[in-house]
Amino acid sequence: MKTRNAWVLALVALAMVAMSCAPKPPEPASIEFWHAMTGKNGEAVQKICDDFNASQDVYTVTPVYKGSYVDTMNAGIAAFRAGQAPAIIQVYEVGTATMMAAKGAVKPVHVLMKEMKEKFDPKAYIPTITGYYSTSKGEMISIPFNSSTAVMYYNKEAFAKAGLDPEKAPATWPELFDAARKIKAAGYEAGFTTNWISWIQLENFSAWHDVPFGTLSNGFDGLEAELKINADLQVKHLTNLYDLSKEGVFKYGGRENKANPLFTGGVVGIHFESIGGYGNMKANCKFPFGVARLPYYPDVANAPQNSIIGGASLWVFEGKTEPEYKATAKFFTYLSSAEVQAFWHKTTGYLPITIAAYELTKGEGYYTENPGLEVAIQQLLNKAPTANSMGIRFGYMPQIRELEDQTWEDILADKIDVKAGLDKIVAEGNIKLRDFERLNK
Amino acid sequence: MAKQYEFSSKGLPYLLVLPQMAIVLVFFFWPSAQALWQSFFVQDAFGLRSIFVGFDNYLKLFRDPEYWDSFGVSAAFAVTVALSSMGIALFLAAQANKKIRGAGFYKTMLTWPYAVATMVAGVLWLFMFNPNVGVVAWFLDKTFGLEWNHLLDSTHAFLLITVAASWKQIAYNFVFFLAGLQSVPATLVEAAAIDGAGSFTRFWRIIFPMLSPTTFYLLVMNLVYGFFETFPIVHQVTGGGPGKATSILIYKVWRDGVVNLELGSSAAQSVVLMILVIGLTVLQFRFIERKVTY
Repeated sequence: MKTRNAWVLALVALAMVAMSCAPKPPEPASIEFWHAMTGKNGEAVQKICDDFNASQDVYTVTPVYKGSYVDTMNAGIAAFRAGQAPAIIQVYEVGTATMMAAKGAVKPVHVLMKEMKEKFDPKAYIPTITGYYSTSKGEMISIPFNSSTAVMYYNKEAFAKAGLDPEKAPATWPELFDAARKIKAAGYEAGFTTNWISWIQLENFSAWHDVPFGTLSNGFDGLEAELKINADLQVKHLTNLYDLSKEGVFKYGGRENKANPLFTGGVVGIHFESIGGYGNMKANCKFPFGVARLPYYPDVANAPQNSIIGGASLWVFEGKTEPEYKATAKFFTYLSSAEVQAFWHKTTGYLPITIAAYELTKGEGYYTENPGLEVAIQQLLNKAPTANSMGIRFGYMPQIRELEDQTWEDILADKIDVKAGLDKIVAEGNIKLRDFERLNK
Repeated sequence: MAKQYEFSSKGLPYLLVLPQMAIVLVFFFWPSAQALWQSFFVQDAFGLRSIFVGFDNYLKLFRDPEYWDSFGVSAAFAVTVALSSMGIALFLAAQANKKIRGAGFYKTMLTWPYAVATMVAGVLWLFMFNPNVGVVAWFLDKTFGLEWNHLLDSTHAFLLITVAASWKQIAYNFVFFLAGLQSVPATLVEAAAIDGAGSFTRFWRIIFPMLSPTTFYLLVMNLVYGFFETFPIVHQVTGGGPGKATSILIYKVWRDGVVNLELGSSAAQSVVLMILVIGLTVLQFRFIERKVTY
């Protein structure tokens, strides 16, 4: 009996050794992904998660809609403070600096991928898009999710009426001003308008002309950065817009994307808006319209450079378990695949984050039907990004944008002149930047 | 004399108010204490770092001329909303209180807007005053040649939020005034009429003084409404613009706290508002209990 027991024990021990050598099956995990996407974009998020869950049987990703960008970010902050943070959260681009400064709350994506031994090639991504969410050394901190950029929309019918070539959009600002005057003369209330004076006419404008928006590579190289938007070119551009508003050629339509009805309602003939609004334009314009690159001033040496993105990216919270991080890493790999990105791009109009996805979509002939989307991608890929065109990374960015909106309205209402207004934005914005620096040093 | 009730055991009354006190403590005192505490710090969004700054957040506010502007705008807004909505409501209530055909119908219709959510009220008026498609904007342009543009004209913007906020509050005031009017004894009014007082005199010498408790109560409630509950209208209609022309205090608290994530400053601002509300409440109790009498 004794010997037999010893044999059994030996066998069991052997089996245990064998088991520990064999690859362990991955531990299942389910994670939450908090987002701010509504309507068809929200449905697309759901589908991507469902498909990911169906593609394997170890991990489950549950998308949870948390309201607007602001609501979602606040929900994430509150959850983190309460120790209930989700694994993945979508944060809009102006929250980037806040998230990046939150060391101890956020796990950088490049670290996550390395720790989880997930295959990850940052070079597969479109540099202008990932650059926005990377350190100046090129380490990706968050995964770009929904990215857009600013483009020009123009009413082809208005162009025809004004005696302009509907197939040829103005390439430079002087040409655009000229075209806008002709459109007004042809019976339109005004020639052009714009959304997002901050994001389009200051941030993108500066990048597109390869001039700094702020020092230290627009804040990428450190928290000590300062704003630089009171330089000659920005003053000149806003002065032109101001003069044209007095002439009745430029019409102000409100903050953020509130100017859209002026274009879709046929009040003006040219508009500046995110490519993310392409679907909305298609649904609401009762006239043929074209999408074209942003205009530039031809006397600026490096213009046009490349435009920058807006939108949101996905952040990973600290303090999750290893299986949860595994699930997150696998999901990011899945999300970055060309097929998923092409689906996302075609369904929502947001830009694909990898070059492979762009080429896949192009190969399908999608851009012959939707040329507008390709304009946006080409604008981003126009040149390799410089220190001035990687993006904007400032703390308290919502305050800076608000300051720009407020001051622009005061300029148009003749309460302050353009140069003094931009000086004021720089002075007050720098105070905010110093506050942020003090807090996050 | 009011009847006095006595509890047989001493503990019972405390037990009965306990649930209410628990709610007050958890939902009122605790957050207020937190706001007070936070107002002495600057903190990053995630609460990873906080720096004690003493009264710095307050000093920054009071040294900022734009904060005082916001104070001025809020006060002007609250007073305008209170006076206009109360004036109109009193007029309507006086009319609806007459013996007219279909009085019930009028009363119901006039009470309706109160059921409209503040946010919706904002959207509604925004739509009517939309410079491109709004019916009121169109009418102003056609009849008076007035080009309505609340996006750039701060007076227009101020008027627009005032109209939207007052409209919604009229219904509330109407209900109270109507109730107040109905409790004015008919005998007094009739006696005055027999003495030869005209309807104007009767109203100003008898009815209006008898309404004073209602009026005073409504004045305080309307000021509170104007200062604190009109956030959705500003948020929806002007976003505080043009410039900072309609950035009232309560909107600024939200903006700085929720969007801008400047928690210290936002907390300090809400403490200032808290003091304001305490002041208004004290005023109400002092006055309504003592000074306003028949």
